[in-house]
Amino acid sequence: MAETAKARPGSMRLIDALQYRLPLAGVVSILHRASGALLFVLLPFVIWMFDTSVTSEISYSRFTSAFVAGIGFVPAWLVKLAVLALIWATLQHFTAGLRHVWMDATHSVSKEFGRQSAVFTLGATGLLTVLLGAKLFGLY
Amino acid sequence: MTQNFGTKRVVVGAHYGLRDWLAQRVTALLMALFTLLVLLQVLMPGELGYDRWAGIFAAQWMKVLSFVVILSLALHAWVGVRDILMDYVKPVGARLLAQVFAIVWLLACTGWAVQVLWRL
Repeated sequence: MAETAKARPGSMRLIDALQYRLPLAGVVSILHRASGALLFVLLPFVIWMFDTSVTSEISYSRFTSAFVAGIGFVPAWLVKLAVLALIWATLQHFTAGLRHVWMDATHSVSKEFGRQSAVFTLGATGLLTVLLGAKLFGLY
Repeated sequence: MTQNFGTKRVVVGAHYGLRDWLAQRVTALLMALFTLLVLLQVLMPGELGYDRWAGIFAAQWMKVLSFVVILSLALHAWVGVRDILMDYVKPVGARLLAQVFAIVWLLACTGWAVQVLWRL
């Protein structure tokens, strides 16, 4: 009894958490948090894009030129990179979110479904991010 | 242990997070449907310039829908950010500060977005 009490590792630190090999469903779970937090942080950037793109034709041309010539001290590649991060976070959060709602609504909580839907989420998000990212950076 | 769920649940003043859980899912579905609606209009044939893009949000019914979605986003993000803060930020003072910051951040973003929408 005393031995087991002594063997307890104590509270987990981040460095311990990083040692764990997460199952794919766990990867999707933590990425849901990470993408949500990223979207929260980038929210003003989203509204700025909404603002400049709809307010007037003059602001619209400022919006489009931000992707070509940059805006203020921010170079165009950084604008595109931020948009790429937004694209990934949105797709990841959207797909993983639908997966959550589906699991809640149909009680699909088996280990097998968790893994398969995680593979689908990561695959669909990855593929669409690459396709839209290539378009964004003018590769096709 | 006595049964404490369903009709036998002991009702106390606290709620059990069900309201937040449900609100987060309902707002998520609203935002998902709105995203599809906007995508559908963007993907309509024809050149997508300023007129067509701004025109999408200028219609009164789209303004009302967008307004609902902006509020949904704020509520949804608040529930999510609060979850994250409750899990990772343990000292009460720091957590309170972070929560206040999140509320101010979301309210400010909401105000800005609504302002942009309503002067269209």
